[in-house]
Amino acid sequence: MSTLPSWRELAIGGIVLEPGSTVNVHTGTWRTKKPVINQDACTRCRICWAYCPEGIIQELNKPYVTKKGHKYSITYEVNYEYCKGCGICANECPVKAIDMVSEYE
Amino acid sequence: MSSTAILRSAPQKEVGPTRVALTGNYAAAYAAKMADIDLVAIYPITPQTTIAEKLSEFVANGELSAELIHVESEHSALSATIGGAAVGARAFTATSSQGLELMHEILHIAAGLRLPIVMAVPSRALSAPISIHNDNMDIMNARETGWIMLNASNAQEVFDMIIQAFKIAEDQRVLLPVMVTYDGFVVSHTVEGVELPDKDDVLSFIPKGKWHTLDPAKPTSMGPIAGPDWYYEIKFSQYKAMRDSIKVIGEVMDSFGKRFGREYSPVMGYMMGDAEYAIVSYGVTWGFVRAAVDRARSMGIRAGAVRLNVIRPFPSEEVYSYLNGLKAFAVVDRAIYYGAPSPGPIYTDVVSTLFMRGIAKPALNVIHGIGQRTMYINDFLNIYKDLTKLDESKVVFMGVRE
Repeated sequence: MSTLPSWRELAIGGIVLEPGSTVNVHTGTWRTKKPVINQDACTRCRICWAYCPEGIIQELNKPYVTKKGHKYSITYEVNYEYCKGCGICANECPVKAIDMVSEYE
Repeated sequence: MSSTAILRSAPQKEVGPTRVALTGNYAAAYAAKMADIDLVAIYPITPQTTIAEKLSEFVANGELSAELIHVESEHSALSATIGGAAVGARAFTATSSQGLELMHEILHIAAGLRLPIVMAVPSRALSAPISIHNDNMDIMNARETGWIMLNASNAQEVFDMIIQAFKIAEDQRVLLPVMVTYDGFVVSHTVEGVELPDKDDVLSFIPKGKWHTLDPAKPTSMGPIAGPDWYYEIKFSQYKAMRDSIKVIGEVMDSFGKRFGREYSPVMGYMMGDAEYAIVSYGVTWGFVRAAVDRARSMGIRAGAVRLNVIRPFPSEEVYSYLNGLKAFAVVDRAIYYGAPSPGPIYTDVVSTLFMRGIAKPALNVIHGIGQRTMYINDFLNIYKDLTKLDESKVVFMGVRE
């Protein structure tokens, strides 16, 4: 089942030989609930971006027009490769535009 | 005549071994100096302090060119030593008793990082109540930290084993820290004749090794977190290195004997050829036991003695081959393993070694010399007498007042 290296192949003392290698650890697998941003309710206040401890709220240059016709030049999206599902963004969102949705339903 | 002229006209010493009077601790300091250590960080504690003093003296008067770091505790002493070893320095430290306990957390880290540090440990009883006297409880607590542990029983062995320790630690097949343990005061402060080899001879026996080090040109991270998918394999590889190091220890001791003329092996026997009864011991107890063997032999008891020069990795094969054919044996421990199935830590190691090889025979666990309670040769003679009548394993707290 495992494709991870055997003990024989690991560097001595568990040292990490490659700088910046934490990007190889896809922490998104830890998640039980994922944040889903309601783009129509979102006011682009940037609070989720500021509070996210993992820096996985992405501010993208993607224009968006809400159902009520409001035009935004940017969009916030979640990087699910690394989002651990902590829910801090949903808790902090002042307009309750982020829902935590179960990964198992 | 000027003093320099007197010196010049004095006969020049020929190159070769010199016999000098040294305490066990000074022997340790001389060995570290001859190993040309690059870094030393030691916090003073009885009975280790004279090592720190002597090495400071060597650095102050220019005999040793090493970075001497003043630290505020043993926890910091070993941490600084790890830092030095992590950038490739041949690093040395020393401690005793409470100091070794304060270092305990860092002992695991030095071993886990696989850094070839060498440390001298003159052993001392643990508080409370306070005792500055010698027993082996401090070093026994360090057995499971991943350090190789050699045990010396006199000043010459302290010197020799520290030289061996650098060669073992820096061997590419090992890369583990090594502790050279010996009895506090009885060895650390007793002056004995010690043969010092020529400095160049020592350095050619232990040329400085190379290992995984921090290098800005090739960035690596040492000691990062390892999740459940990684930690187990890293620790298994540490276990393998420790288990397999017994072979390297044997090789180094052999080559040391060939080079310097003093024989060492992980386990030593005395009069074991036709022995029916034996006492297993380590440290200074060995001297008493050997004398007791001679007395027992003169009374017709086929007595022998086994001594452990290596405590970790436990030299199981050698111990098994010495004890396998006996009628009964005893293990003398100078430490108490509170609440354990048997109170002696080394007894437990010896008995499980035999059990795993299908051997069960009457074995006496003798606790003696706690807090440096005086041991007498006749105490050990009495153990041999007991062994001839022993039909089941038991524990003896020798000399405790009832």
